[in-house]
Amino acid sequence: MTTVTAPSPLTAGEKGRAGDKFFSGLTFAAGALILVVLLFVTLFLVVNAYPALVASPAELTGESFFSYVWPLVLGTLLAAGLALLFATPVAIGVALFISHVAPRKLAKPVGYVIDLLAAIPSVVYGAWGMLFLAPLLVPIYDWLHTYLGWIPLFGDPSATGRTILTASIVLAVMVLPIITALSREIFVQTPKLHEEAALALGATRWEMIKMAVLPFARPGVISAIMLGLGRALGETMAVALVLSSGALGWNLLSEGNNTIPAEIAANFPEASGLRYNELIAAGLALFVITLVVNLAARWIVNRHKEFSGAN
Amino acid sequence: MAKRIDANDLNVYYGKFLAVEGVNINIEPRSVTAFIGPSGCGKTTFLRTLNRMHEVLPGAHVKGKVLLDGDDIYGPGVDPVTVRSQVGMVFQRPNPFPTMSIKENVLAGFKLNGKRLSKSDADAIVEKSLRGANLWNEVKDRLDKPGSGLSGGQQQRLCIARTIAVEPSVILMDEPCSALDPISTLAVEDLINELKNEYTVVIVTHNMQQAARVSDKTAFFNIAGTGKPGKLIEYAETSTIFNNPVEQATEDYVSGRFG
Repeated sequence: MTTVTAPSPLTAGEKGRAGDKFFSGLTFAAGALILVVLLFVTLFLVVNAYPALVASPAELTGESFFSYVWPLVLGTLLAAGLALLFATPVAIGVALFISHVAPRKLAKPVGYVIDLLAAIPSVVYGAWGMLFLAPLLVPIYDWLHTYLGWIPLFGDPSATGRTILTASIVLAVMVLPIITALSREIFVQTPKLHEEAALALGATRWEMIKMAVLPFARPGVISAIMLGLGRALGETMAVALVLSSGALGWNLLSEGNNTIPAEIAANFPEASGLRYNELIAAGLALFVITLVVNLAARWIVNRHKEFSGAN
Repeated sequence: MAKRIDANDLNVYYGKFLAVEGVNINIEPRSVTAFIGPSGCGKTTFLRTLNRMHEVLPGAHVKGKVLLDGDDIYGPGVDPVTVRSQVGMVFQRPNPFPTMSIKENVLAGFKLNGKRLSKSDADAIVEKSLRGANLWNEVKDRLDKPGSGLSGGQQQRLCIARTIAVEPSVILMDEPCSALDPISTLAVEDLINELKNEYTVVIVTHNMQQAARVSDKTAFFNIAGTGKPGKLIEYAETSTIFNNPVEQATEDYVSGRFG
């Protein structure tokens, strides 16, 4: 006689458990894949950059790798920083307009148009900046130099307008849709409860936004700005086309300055030997900058965790 | 300074939809008035017209008058922002600002007036408001901690403290205890009893025992059917509404025969 032990009615069916396992495996694989790709990129950068980092100064473009790369690093940060300075206030303004001010009929089309800006290829932005925007800005630069020339930033203006400031403005237009779209998504998620709490205390619409919407959205908006910064730091084509590059300098109105991506793009096709390693090492420097900036942003977001509303 | 409220022939519309029809009610200062009635009967909608909060929804508007000590809050040139600073509101779910500390929450409405506060004045207002909300002893040692870290009942009393900090004339409460446990509910009900010494309190509640416990007068709202407007059926002393109401519908509702 055989005894068949009937499964306890409490044990889970094999089927449901398998589905769960499959799903968790799939998500784990997706997460792991990102790390693996990042690891390979990092390895590629480090391995190829290493010869340039240890090479004797005589073989390099500058006196040392550091003296070659630091003007580029500063130029990159300058261009991206200026771009964010221009783009962030406008982006937050547009996002608030769409989410809290505009009537619904107007908000949708404005949102679509902003999203459309993100779909324009960067080479088009570059051409637009070089051929249209740069000549347009020349008289403005002249004016800035005439009246604010005592500030070192506004020295002798360029005749073509193809300056770091023009490049920053083009970059600002390019990062605008990213910051706007993400900020808008976060602004509309502000709990109605908190908005009504502010209004019921006698807040005007702007006071309600200051009191309930902006504090709630702060971490998300910082993330949005960081994504915009990522694009501004890495943007190659637009900067390469707009900027007539040169040595690092304070004057935003003249030719000069350069960014790491534009430097790599301009020199990579003809590079060989140690020059190739040098350019890759510049790319590694950009990678490190991006990492540091993102860590700093995380730190800013986490500093106020207790007050984030997540608890 | 508590003020009286008089609504005359008030109709409330959402777009073209008539949500509440023909409300006439006189609410005495320094009293607690409860609005009861089945879900969807318009009691919350009517409550929100008393500080123009219904206007948050596009298309919402009223016909008729709401007088605050004789001044029409829907009169020409009246700013809803001014109305709301006089007629405070406590919501169904506790909603302290999550990004602010307990102290900042209490002062939130006060700072809107644009007044500069010295630190000692601010501390005095915080203590007075929190004492007024029976919360001071529980939070006095953690005023700089986030308001969202408190229990639900404490959060609701924090919201009441925030409301009374601006010294309104009227406090509206929209089911303030529906998200709270019985002990917290009791704490808030005790508080309502104290608040009526200084304010005019209007409370919407689904809990008839609560209406019987806290209110001086009770208004019963009802609705004839889906899509029909809500109406004020009967308004009288609370003991009258619960013991011998005039209307059959009120009798049926308070005795639990429907709703």
